[in-house]
Amino acid sequence: MSASPTLLRLQGLSHRYPTGLLALDGVSLDVGAGDFFSLLGPSGCGKSTLLRLAAGLETPTGGRIDWPGGRPTPGDVGFVFQEPTLMPWASVTDNVRLPLRLTGRDSRTPDVAAALDLVGLREFADAYPRELSGGMKMRVSLARALVTKPRLLLLDEPFAALDEITRFRLNEDLLRIWRTQGCTVIFVTHSVFEAAFLSQRVAIMSARPGRIVADEAIDLPGERDATLRTDAAYGAICRKLSDRLAQAMHGEAAL
Amino acid sequence: MRRLLYRLAPLFLGLIGLVLWEGLTRHFDVPVYVLPGPVVIAETLWTDGAGLLGALWFTLRITLLALLAATVGGVLLAVVMAQSRVIERSLFPYAVIAQVTPVVAIAPLIIIWSNDNTTLALVICAWIVAFFPIAANTMTGLNAAEKNLHDLFRLYGANRWQTLALLRAPAALPYFLTGLRISGGLSLVGAVVAEFVAGTGGAETGLAFRILESGYRLQIPRLFAALVLLAAAGIAIYVALDLLSRLVLRRWHDSAVRRD
Repeated sequence: MSASPTLLRLQGLSHRYPTGLLALDGVSLDVGAGDFFSLLGPSGCGKSTLLRLAAGLETPTGGRIDWPGGRPTPGDVGFVFQEPTLMPWASVTDNVRLPLRLTGRDSRTPDVAAALDLVGLREFADAYPRELSGGMKMRVSLARALVTKPRLLLLDEPFAALDEITRFRLNEDLLRIWRTQGCTVIFVTHSVFEAAFLSQRVAIMSARPGRIVADEAIDLPGERDATLRTDAAYGAICRKLSDRLAQAMHGEAAL
Repeated sequence: MRRLLYRLAPLFLGLIGLVLWEGLTRHFDVPVYVLPGPVVIAETLWTDGAGLLGALWFTLRITLLALLAATVGGVLLAVVMAQSRVIERSLFPYAVIAQVTPVVAIAPLIIIWSNDNTTLALVICAWIVAFFPIAANTMTGLNAAEKNLHDLFRLYGANRWQTLALLRAPAALPYFLTGLRISGGLSLVGAVVAEFVAGTGGAETGLAFRILESGYRLQIPRLFAALVLLAAAGIAIYVALDLLSRLVLRRWHDSAVRRD
């Protein structure tokens, strides 16, 4: 893992919102190309802000972001929000096609079908978002983020609003997609179990101001499936992450 | 069965009302120049229908031209205002002024300025009454798209035109259609009010003038016949625009989805 070249390097990254809120305070970390990297922390710790900075949706007020392999151009970065964020007036196909249209690659329509295949929604290509369940909408959102074959996939607590059964299935599907697509993933979550199940590396953040307080490699096999959830090694890692998270929140007022 | 009853309920009520109306005017022997019964009105509609239909067409033409102008003008104004807060803040107060100033008060000026072109004067008056709901609703709609969708468009480097065409315009569509339905009715109101103010003017006259004329001559059944036609025109406009709205939004908007 550490042998892979660095895709993204954050150096002393800080961000203060116009309201005066210091969301991030001196965050430094490297994300290797091809990594599955999770940011774990309580709500309000600035992990979403970090993701938005990496996506270029906000400009940091301090520090810098370096891309050793070259700055990304539109389509190099995919983003999945907490909500599906689909256009209700457009069919599934048109929603997934949107990034291609916006970046002038409209001719690549086979990519839309390929992206829908990846998330298992090919039969629903002509459906409209309102006709889909919450989990299916999230799959469409994922397909849209994948359609440009991004180098970096940013996911901001994408499965937090879903029921556990759906979330587990989507976790497994996301791992499969990551393995087959070979992209880098930065995954934001507040779930210890989700972070441990998915990631090769987990950074734990503390809140107000947001800082990285721990950076753990997850020592689990690369090939993971549902059986891992009852594995002793997985349990041990979850406990370790929980302890680290508790330490991170130590000193804060009880929630 | 229940559904049929549900559909027919307003018709039944109307029928009962008409029967009562007819019965009461007959029973108390009300003179037709005070309140004619429905039968007399229907007869007048039959005999005078040809003349009134010409007037109806005149009024409808003004209404539709005004609605067209209100749609084009309202949408353009909304798009311009949605470009920046400064433009919106500069323009919006004047749109409000145009809306709240009674058209009856401005009509004489407009008639003078349109240089004896009555049709033009009437269309302008009706347009002033009708454009605001379209402009205000469409502007709200253009700013109604989800914030995250805007972020998504920025992420993929969308330009202003792409954002307008693919995000803001579709998001504004339900709002625009709501404005259009309101403006449809207002165009008719505007056309009638403008004609009341404008008086005869040219050779052609609309239903509003026929109502005035019938009133002066105490031809009350004819006045009622003209009113019936006006109401029918208003209902037809509403139904047409409502249907259009449902057709356009049927796949994606909750307001247009049938719940059985």
